[in-house]
Amino acid sequence: MSLNDLRRGQCGTIINVPDENLRIQLLRFGIINGTQVSCHCKLPFGPVVLKYGGQEIAIGRDIARQVTIKAVL
Amino acid sequence: MSPSCCSNTACVEAGQRNIVLVGNPNVGKSIFFSAWSGIYADVSNFPGTTVEISRGKIGEDILLDTPGVYGVSSFNDEERVARDVILTADLVVNVVDATHLERDLFLSLQLADMAIPMVVALNFCDEAEILGIRVDTKLLEERLGVPVVSTSAVKNRGLKEVFAALPLARAGLSHPEIDQAVINLLDRIDTRPEALMVLEGDEVVAERHGVAPENDRERVYLLRRQRANDIVAATVNRPEKSARFRDLLGRLCLHPASGLLILGAVLWGCYQLIGVWVAGDIVGLTEEAIMQGHWEPWIRGLVDPLVAESSVLGQILIGEFGLLTMTITYLLGLLLPLVVGFYVALSLLEDSGYLPRLATFVDRLMTSIGLNGRAIIPVILGFGCVQLGTITTRILGCKRERTIATAILNFVVPCSAQIGVIAGMLAAVGFMLSLTYVAVIFTCLAVLGTVLNKVIPGQSSALLIDLPPMRLPRPANVLRKTVIRSFFFMKEAYIWFFAGSLGVSLLQVSGGLKAWQDLVAPLTVGWLHLPKEAATAFVMGMVRRDFGAAGLTDLALSPWQVVVSLVVITLFVPCIASLMILFKERGFKEATTVWLGAWILAFGVGGLLAQIVL
Repeated sequence: MSLNDLRRGQCGTIINVPDENLRIQLLRFGIINGTQVSCHCKLPFGPVVLKYGGQEIAIGRDIARQVTIKAVL
Repeated sequence: MSPSCCSNTACVEAGQRNIVLVGNPNVGKSIFFSAWSGIYADVSNFPGTTVEISRGKIGEDILLDTPGVYGVSSFNDEERVARDVILTADLVVNVVDATHLERDLFLSLQLADMAIPMVVALNFCDEAEILGIRVDTKLLEERLGVPVVSTSAVKNRGLKEVFAALPLARAGLSHPEIDQAVINLLDRIDTRPEALMVLEGDEVVAERHGVAPENDRERVYLLRRQRANDIVAATVNRPEKSARFRDLLGRLCLHPASGLLILGAVLWGCYQLIGVWVAGDIVGLTEEAIMQGHWEPWIRGLVDPLVAESSVLGQILIGEFGLLTMTITYLLGLLLPLVVGFYVALSLLEDSGYLPRLATFVDRLMTSIGLNGRAIIPVILGFGCVQLGTITTRILGCKRERTIATAILNFVVPCSAQIGVIAGMLAAVGFMLSLTYVAVIFTCLAVLGTVLNKVIPGQSSALLIDLPPMRLPRPANVLRKTVIRSFFFMKEAYIWFFAGSLGVSLLQVSGGLKAWQDLVAPLTVGWLHLPKEAATAFVMGMVRRDFGAAGLTDLALSPWQVVVSLVVITLFVPCIASLMILFKERGFKEATTVWLGAWILAFGVGGLLAQIVL
């Protein structure tokens, strides 16, 4: 599944970010493969807001779709 | 001396040290800057609104503030500026946010790998304490290899202590693997910070040294990220859950229903502040009572005995568009209060952390016109002043987005000064006709955005934005930002007002205005069904758009003529000042296209409407 499939309050672990530029940007924000993120909220058809380690970032739908994750139960 | 030194403002004289403040966006660097140097620095809550470098003095040394960045590299303008300043640094003060060290330590460790002498200011310690976050500063100091000082800059705590620690600054501990790779490059590149940049594949720095950039960025970044995470795991104790009021507030800003309500409330608040209070009450006092009531009679009385008002020079100095009368009144009585009001609103929004959430909220809508949510910032600024909006398009990710946003700003967004006049005229024609005006403008916006999105090749970047915590704006900070921004704005703008008034005065005294009216009469009267004199408004509109709108208020127009003329003047070419910025930011070809295109759009749409309704 992708980041875009996360529902509000659900957690996921990052598995793969295919685009190098995006990978680097996320890495600097503190997100790498294996990082656990939670979905703070999600706008209809819009960005996903992630929360991790006391921080929030908003990711547009187009790039959220590219990021593969594994849901954490 | 590195080749980068004299290419930016950070050029130093011998003997002085460059002390550089470095940190992520919104960590409070600028408070350190103003506390130490006494000179104002712009403090911003929206990632990336300051590209200018603030520069001050501490004793013999120079203190430089850099734009907030998440790392030293070349992803955007801010980073390139920050990189070049950091490369000149003799000493770095790295300000980090104790509430999210995971993010901030990446930059700290990069600076450590550069081995520039450094002191770390652990800021927002008070906030961390409230959140129950405990940071072991002793251990952090040990792991980084540099002094770490706890601070709470907004409460003025720890600033002196960091200053006192400056002599203790030392190069941080580098990651052993990165250290070795950098050392291997030092035979080709003279300084260590630059060698690190080349190792991380920075093309600009590599070119300066005539070497090929290395391809090690991702490996180096991953090593550094792992190390940052390890340090956080060892030094930070964070409670599991923290349901808080501002978390809730932040979420409410993003929820479709409550977000819309909040947006509505924010816009209403801005309208009340700027549109009603400043544009009405304050301007009524400053423009009419003070400037027109006292200043203009006084200066006329002073000048008239020396230069008669009826003479050519008299017309230029104290006539209808006089440099000493109307221009001064306009600048101080009308523009200044509006600009101050606008910057107060903007600073409040910035400092509260609302703007990035607004960008997230409108992202979906903006993607349909080829922009991402971030573009709402320049558009909102554009409603204040199109110039300001155009400059701010720099924060957008790629050239394509900047082109679309700039076009929208310069074609369809009326500026605050113009909105004031437009709103006044619409109030007189009733609700349905006002609605027609708004509908026409929004249709133009949607069509323009959609067409540009289809026509311009490439793809726009998607939203990726850091949402800083919602914070209550501090009045002192809002005030300081407002004062400095208004000052710089007025400093840039005043010359255009004098030039514009002079131009219109010259046209008037030379009879050019009449000739122009006759020249475009077929267009004005035949196509737009407006009186011939409306052409004067178009000349004035080229100088200042609100001049243009104001020029219409004196004409006797039927309600539908009002709507047609307002549509034309809204879609009309940007004012001279905006046009100059447009040329500077977007280049000759694009600026000329926009300017000529605005003529066609304004008269095309206005004329079509006139053919239908008149």
